[in-house]
Amino acid sequence: MGRYGLRVVALGYLTLILIAPLAMMVWRTAEDLDGAWAAITAPDTIAAFELTLKVTTIAVVVNTVFGIICALLIVRGNVPGRGFLNAFVDLPLSLSPVIVGLALITLYGANGWLGWFQRHGHEIVFATPSIVLATIFVTLPFVVREVVPTLREIGTEQEQAAHTLGASGWQAFWRITLPSIRWAVVYGVVLTAARAIGEYGAVALVSGNIAGETQTATLRVEDAYQFSYGNYAPAYGIAFVLAATAILVLVAMLVLQPKGARH
Amino acid sequence: MTTFLLVVVVLPIAAVVWKSTGNGWSGFWEVVSSPQAVAALKLSVITATLAVLTTAVFGTIIAWVLVRDSFAGKSLVNAIIDLPFALPTIVAGLVIMALYGPRTPLDVTIGSFHFDADITFTRTAIYVALLFVTLPFVVRTVQPVLIELDRELEDAARSLGASGFTTFRRIVLPAILPGVLSGVAMAFARAIGEIGAIVLIAGNLPFKTEAASIHLFYRIEQDPEGAAAVAVVLLAISFGVLLGIGAVRWHVTRHERG
Amino acid sequence: MSIAALRITKRFDDFVALDDVSVDVAKGSLTALLGPSGSGKSTLLRIVAGLESADAGSVVIDGVDVTGRPPQDRGVGFVFQHYAAFKHMTVHDNVAFGLKIRKRPKAEIADRVHRLLKLVQLEGLAKRYPSQLSGGQRQRMGLARALAIDPAVLLLDEPFGALDARVRAELREWLRRLHDETHTTTVIVTHDQEEAMDVADQVAVMSNGRIEQVGSPRSVYEEPANEFVMTFVGQAHRLGDTFVRPHDLEVTLEPNGATREVMIERVVHLGFDVRVELVDGVGERLSVQTTRDQAELLELAPRQIVYVRPTRHTTFS
Repeated sequence: MGRYGLRVVALGYLTLILIAPLAMMVWRTAEDLDGAWAAITAPDTIAAFELTLKVTTIAVVVNTVFGIICALLIVRGNVPGRGFLNAFVDLPLSLSPVIVGLALITLYGANGWLGWFQRHGHEIVFATPSIVLATIFVTLPFVVREVVPTLREIGTEQEQAAHTLGASGWQAFWRITLPSIRWAVVYGVVLTAARAIGEYGAVALVSGNIAGETQTATLRVEDAYQFSYGNYAPAYGIAFVLAATAILVLVAMLVLQPKGARH
Repeated sequence: MTTFLLVVVVLPIAAVVWKSTGNGWSGFWEVVSSPQAVAALKLSVITATLAVLTTAVFGTIIAWVLVRDSFAGKSLVNAIIDLPFALPTIVAGLVIMALYGPRTPLDVTIGSFHFDADITFTRTAIYVALLFVTLPFVVRTVQPVLIELDRELEDAARSLGASGFTTFRRIVLPAILPGVLSGVAMAFARAIGEIGAIVLIAGNLPFKTEAASIHLFYRIEQDPEGAAAVAVVLLAISFGVLLGIGAVRWHVTRHERG
Repeated sequence: MSIAALRITKRFDDFVALDDVSVDVAKGSLTALLGPSGSGKSTLLRIVAGLESADAGSVVIDGVDVTGRPPQDRGVGFVFQHYAAFKHMTVHDNVAFGLKIRKRPKAEIADRVHRLLKLVQLEGLAKRYPSQLSGGQRQRMGLARALAIDPAVLLLDEPFGALDARVRAELREWLRRLHDETHTTTVIVTHDQEEAMDVADQVAVMSNGRIEQVGSPRSVYEEPANEFVMTFVGQAHRLGDTFVRPHDLEVTLEPNGATREVMIERVVHLGFDVRVELVDGVGERLSVQTTRDQAELLELAPRQIVYVRPTRHTTFS
């Protein structure tokens, strides 16, 4: 196949699968802007956006701290079982979100091993805490996976130099280690946030899907679709907001890559 | 830290496995061999396999074009490849529905020839949704390998008389195969468990378009132990396939290990 | 400040990197640890710095036993082979780092950094980042950074190893002049014998985790303690059971009893020096180092038969 042939095949495939459908969605949203806008600004939708924002923030913070510590352990730690650590961290990536949801319900449900909370008024399942847990679980790997190769590449020489210049362990960490991995961390955070915003399967299971209370943005999209009776503008409208966020994420990824963040 | 991870990651899985034994071995087997469950599992495995194979082929072509070709707008195209990563899966489903759903503009009738791109409630819908979702995997694992690949190797082959295709088959393909296999493994794990992208477009008709993930979803309410059983089987299949691909990959790279 | 390493032993799994090594460095001197890769010289330096810990033995810096102390408490300045530059900081901040850690007043830091950058000839580059500097400039920054904290002792681990030949020679000369000015006790690790001879007051030759000889460059060259030192520091040929340096072989056109008959294979003109490559009757190869004038005088040419005799040789028991 000549060069043009391959190009046509590649671009053709991308158009069929990616570009044309996306363009179509934007078109449909534009067709009924009023309907879309009404859906976006409805109180339940606003509540959904707020919940997604809250959950995403928590997931990002938790997994950034966890991710940095974990990466340090994997690359530099002297713990036995580092290899296992590395493998376990990747596990959420290969698990179906439904299974994640099932696992959480099994564990924290009223009859589960950790059901104590549920039974004593500290509701986890079918309430916000389980959404947070599910989101943390599925976004676990991202910061770690970005920081590990960067840490490996940098090596420990800069910290050693810092020590010879008088820095304590903590000082070396703050002034040398963290700054040297900052772009990898930022990139990981961007990926984490995107995944957190986009989580559907696990959250659909554990949240109870109560509009206005435990409905995240993605669940809201589905809700808008199910109750749209053929007029999909509301669903497209809310989906459009999420798609726009995803594009922002893509732009962030593009901008961050040259700064030494790994893909 | 290992304990923290153990608790966060391993415990939930262990709970599921435990739950699946709730009705004993016979209960487990009963659920798992029930016609509906079997149909769902079969559907998931087949569509995932087909989608991943398609993605492998086209993903490699796309990676090749992105690395070796140059045209206006190439960097834009390169950037969109990551869109399925960044997009919420439910939105992905809607996006596909926009063009291939009930109100598709691609609905033509010319004489007795009728073409309707509406694929809702069909298995094709699942296939297309999975294509969308797995697109980045192979492209992004093959690209770096292609970039690193020394053009001189191909030049050497050509100077020794090999045609373009032979050069590809004997020089380039072996080099990128591990990358393709990695991408395939990740894509498969993703595809077999996908729910958000297919839940709207597939219609979830039992025995027809109900994938394993959907089947699980609805089973959990009435029959948690049964759901857990199906989940365990799904996990086992994923694990088996991943191991298999890993073994192939190991075999393919055996000469590089010296 | 003087440094004393006493009976240092260090193992990495089965490999013995240092085997009961002791060495003294006089205050204000510049000592070279010279040896091939694997000889243990870098390991010894890092143990003195506190970047590694020894399995046995102690390190004393100016009478204080610092064994067991972390690097930040030893008052040593360390310069790394691959610079270990803080990539996310400017040149100025790199050099200022040690001072900032010690919480010196801002004005003092600014002044000191400025003077140091002038000393290493990097003034004007203060706001650049290491990635914008050449290798030689990065290493000078590394030196300035280490000197900024006024270290009791300056340790350099193959500091010029990653640089090209010309830059290496320049920095070598520059290091010597710097040392003559500051008189900081300095230890430099190198595998480059010429570098050690050029720069150091005292050379400790190491091999396989042991110190073979310590002495001035001249004494190590002219009075080697054993075969290893003789063949590592400078060149030596083995003739029977004695060793001869190429420049201690005399070439004559006539035999005179104590000579060997050889045939010239090549005459290599290296500027002032001429290396004559010879092969003897049984196929063994030798080389003689002589001057351009001598070569011309004797009209040395390939395929010529000549005779060689050692004017000086060394035998080890």
